[in-house]
Amino acid sequence: MTDAQATTCPSSHREMTLETLADFPEGREVLTCIQCGMCAGTCPYGDVMDYPPRRIISMMRAGMLEKVFSSDSLLACVACYACMAKCPRGIQLTEVLLPLVKEQVFARLPELPAELHKALGNTLRYGNPMAESAKKRAAWVKTADVPIRILPEDPRPVDVLWFVECQNSYYPRGQDISRATARLFHRLGIDFAILGNEEKCAGECARLLGETGLFDTLMDYNMAVFQNYQFNRIVTSGAHAYDAFKYQYSAVGFKYPMEHTTPFFARYLEPLRPLLTRKLNYKVTYHDSCCLGRHNGFYEEPRDLLRAIPGVKLVEMPHNRISAICCGGGGGGMWLDTYYKAKGYERLSERRVKEAVTTGADVLAVSCPYEVSRFEDALKVMGHDKKMVVRDVTELLAEAMEV
Amino acid sequence: MNILVLMRMVPDVVEELEIAPDGKGLDTEYLRMIVNESDDHALEQALILKERRGGKVTVLALDAPDVDDVLFSAVAKGADRVLKIEGGDGGLTTRAAAGVFAKVIDSQSDLKSVDVVLTGVQAIDDLDALVAPILSRRLGLPYLGIVTKVTLDESGKAVTAVREFSAGVRGEFEVPLPAVLGIQAAEKPPRYVPVAKVRAAMKSHKIESVGAPTTADAGLPLIEVMRMRKPEVSSHAQMLDGAPEEISKKLAGIFTERGLL
Repeated sequence: MTDAQATTCPSSHREMTLETLADFPEGREVLTCIQCGMCAGTCPYGDVMDYPPRRIISMMRAGMLEKVFSSDSLLACVACYACMAKCPRGIQLTEVLLPLVKEQVFARLPELPAELHKALGNTLRYGNPMAESAKKRAAWVKTADVPIRILPEDPRPVDVLWFVECQNSYYPRGQDISRATARLFHRLGIDFAILGNEEKCAGECARLLGETGLFDTLMDYNMAVFQNYQFNRIVTSGAHAYDAFKYQYSAVGFKYPMEHTTPFFARYLEPLRPLLTRKLNYKVTYHDSCCLGRHNGFYEEPRDLLRAIPGVKLVEMPHNRISAICCGGGGGGMWLDTYYKAKGYERLSERRVKEAVTTGADVLAVSCPYEVSRFEDALKVMGHDKKMVVRDVTELLAEAMEV
Repeated sequence: MNILVLMRMVPDVVEELEIAPDGKGLDTEYLRMIVNESDDHALEQALILKERRGGKVTVLALDAPDVDDVLFSAVAKGADRVLKIEGGDGGLTTRAAAGVFAKVIDSQSDLKSVDVVLTGVQAIDDLDALVAPILSRRLGLPYLGIVTKVTLDESGKAVTAVREFSAGVRGEFEVPLPAVLGIQAAEKPPRYVPVAKVRAAMKSHKIESVGAPTTADAGLPLIEVMRMRKPEVSSHAQMLDGAPEEISKKLAGIFTERGLL
């Protein structure tokens, strides 16, 4: 782990509560709020939320948090880090305050929206939200065109432990990304392996939704599995898993050097460049994932990779980098589309693809596994699916390596 | 109101089912058990009844892998007491399961004295929906199945239960208590219980154990499974290619050839 990573780890969420906020440096920061309302203004659902962060802090000061707890307003928080990134006081809203409040909201919800209920139950039972068999998590490996080592079957020490995550293990378009990623590792000559059926969801969405117990269960499980194998570093395809490992698992002893695939491959740009032989005549616009972009500052790495592909012309959306609009999938939003629709909220993925289409690009490039299904659906709903396709950065790199 | 909920674990069909080497049952090595879905609805209906009019919810389950998680979840949701029937033969048929439940209830005065017994109307290994009717017969109590709503009458001596019929028809029945009800669906979907609450229930509650009667004790006419097998593929679907017009012609041709047109 680099020094930068070590210093950004907040205190364990297991210790801090709303009552003990003032005992922790990042908790005390919350109390310095100047009530400017930047958070509510920048929140993609700030206009529909009864209690955006500014009001929550105001209610907390007035001793009226119970009112916030008993509203379902915070189900509209998609944990996109927009409020936190724009806060002039640097308060860690998404990272510190909101999870604590959402935990209370979650515990008091009289009824969970059905899709969310199923996704959480499935994640506890099967280790993935889609209710796919845990025994088939690595089934996609057979469809890859390069050898992929599965650690439980061949537990020899390995350099890179690749944490694939749920979407890219089970969802057909996610499996495309996994096949592309495997080819990149292989062509770069990196010694890599996966956990196969022993891997379970990293759980980040559960925590940012307020289902902390589920997150803890998954974290304890994955931590125990990591300890069974020898590897030098972890690389994950999950932007949300990246966040979970970096900010939460680290508090319970996760010390492995760890990267997300996009910044990881960006560090291999020089050896990668000569492999990118095929010209792709695409006009590409890149969507910054909330976790990788706003939360961790990986703005240039994906763009460097895209620019390295022969023939790719990169164009920007008006909202890019720190101002990117969330796909709406974080903090449980993946399973709240029906709920948002019933409430009359605009689907954020639709808001985003409307903007993407205006750039005239024919490829919307992404780095987070949630975005593929969300944007592909949104393009279809908006009638733009003939104009634009969604591709993970790794897919475009792998395509450019084809002979 | 004293409510007894009966719960059973059934094979989880998310995992592939394999036939055991003896060809007479499922291979337990590949099997994962999950709570019977309509039993979960029975628990929800019981909790709704308790929330409305007060009372006590007791859950009695047949021992099976993972049943403890189900019972602690029940506590976290609001059940007051949880018991499991241990030491039985396992792999019980519908009749045997009903017989074991009946024998256990009959032998425990505090279970026997409940006002109503709720259980799932069906299970994937009991599509005939026979557990509850057999049980009610053995206990000498009235039975109503395919129930989707239960309300306790003012008197507290009967419930009004809504039963579903086909074609969307519903019937309202007055059922004198005590009675056995086969729940198809609770009034609302079973509630979600946060994992932290289940973990807390594991610390605060104990699962009581009840010994299982032997199948002979339970007085059961046994049904022997002679052979269990997966569906055999006998023929394949034929895919028709071409433009819609061509396909419809080919389709009409096939229908005519088979004497369907």
